[in-house]
Amino acid sequence: MNVNNILEIFYVLMGVIMIFASVESFRDKDNSARIGTGLFWLILGLIFAIGKYLPSFVIGLLIIVIGLLSLFKQIKVGKIKEVNKELAEKSAKRLGAWLFFPSVILAILSILISEFTNLGGQVGIGIASVVALIIAMIISKTDAKTTYHDSERMVRSVGTAGVLPQLLATLGVIFTASGVGEVTSKAISGVFPPGNHLLGVVLYCVAMVIFTMVMGNAFAAFAVITAGIGVPFVVAQGGNPAVVAAIGMTCGYCGTLMTPMAANFNSLPVALMEMKDNLGVIKQQYPIALILLVIQIALMYFLAF
Amino acid sequence: MEYLKLIGIVIIILGFAFKLDTIAVVVAAALATGLVSGMSFNDVLTILGKGFMDNRMVSLFFLTLPMIGVVESHGMKQAAVNGISKIKKLSAGKVFNIYLLIREVTDAMGIALSGQVQFIRPLINPMAQAAASVKKPLTDKQVDLIKGRAAATDNFGNFFSQNLFIASSGVLLMASTMKSLGHDVAPASIVLYSIPMAIITFIITAYYNTRFDKQFDK
Repeated sequence: MNVNNILEIFYVLMGVIMIFASVESFRDKDNSARIGTGLFWLILGLIFAIGKYLPSFVIGLLIIVIGLLSLFKQIKVGKIKEVNKELAEKSAKRLGAWLFFPSVILAILSILISEFTNLGGQVGIGIASVVALIIAMIISKTDAKTTYHDSERMVRSVGTAGVLPQLLATLGVIFTASGVGEVTSKAISGVFPPGNHLLGVVLYCVAMVIFTMVMGNAFAAFAVITAGIGVPFVVAQGGNPAVVAAIGMTCGYCGTLMTPMAANFNSLPVALMEMKDNLGVIKQQYPIALILLVIQIALMYFLAF
Repeated sequence: MEYLKLIGIVIIILGFAFKLDTIAVVVAAALATGLVSGMSFNDVLTILGKGFMDNRMVSLFFLTLPMIGVVESHGMKQAAVNGISKIKKLSAGKVFNIYLLIREVTDAMGIALSGQVQFIRPLINPMAQAAASVKKPLTDKQVDLIKGRAAATDNFGNFFSQNLFIASSGVLLMASTMKSLGHDVAPASIVLYSIPMAIITFIITAYYNTRFDKQFDK
């Protein structure tokens, strides 16, 4: 069995978990958008479970359906049964640090499989996830039914945010097919000639910060700025793509630290703690963010070339 | 008019900046870019569908959710709270730094704590305020500063260590996007090159937090 076939098994498993979420979303009487939400998880579940046997344009069509459901506010997380606090407290006392053990196994085993076998990183994550789940079930003495509900609860609470990264990566495919990178590099190279390594790195890192600040989302900035600037100005000049990606993304996070657009991180705490200064969190963050940006520009320049 | 191809970038920037529905914005950007580049509607759908299938690895983190669900319903967060609340008799800066370390280590293992809600407000903020008010009562302004710094510490730790976990959506997004753009990258090497910034951020933030204590000594 080759790696892609093994990986396909894990995608089918993911599809099954999403279909669990779909069933429970349809059954959630309190959710005003239960039909749309159930459909959303059903479509995703089917794409993962049997998408291999569907023509690509059908999948494209299904993605547009998801877009429309989301546009018309028909996908809602709804009211999800919360963790039973009393039971959780009790078992936290009983199990203590053992509760972190499955996570440690997941992190270490997936790296080990990826580094020391020829199965690759993705299969590594798949195998490690299954092993970690089994360990978690044994440690906590959880039966299949409870595991089912824990799974669907987690998946449903992720909501549409869970599919955003994959959609953004797909956008990268469209950009490549349409030649967006060539156009931006042509436009920018009128002002900044490509070929100068340092200039390319500065341009990419600063653009990641600025665009993340405007959009409030580093993942979205990564998809467009890496296609438009990162690849033509740094990677195409001989820059190591892993270095460029890793540090480019954290440059985006520096933007997140400095923008009120990233409400989850910078406004939520203001509201939670009833702070008087609306920008109080950002004021604590921007000096460090700027220092880290300078360090990252230097680091990318020296590590990538 | 090849600059029309940049319409997707414009849609993404404006759509996110104006807080429109994110999923719809991304789908619209993909459609618009393909259509103005001379593809037929059918072609765009085919590329969209194939691109989505080729990028399924980005969503692999879904596979980790059942395990996290099980440990969560058995009190993983309560266990973390119990552990942290044992720290006593420290300065505000040290409280922040111990939390920073815990945040980075748990992040690297893929344990996503909702830091601001579950730790900063109910635990770290009151602990830091108690520690800082030992010598002198705090002014309103100082209380606000402590809250801001507590929230900031969570963000520093969270952002710069989450890419140490190989199955995090960030790492998978980077690997898959680079592949889409024609440059194959292994997730493990992204983790490797994320290590320096995690360490540097820890050192700089820890120093920044140590200096934070000085204002409460006067």
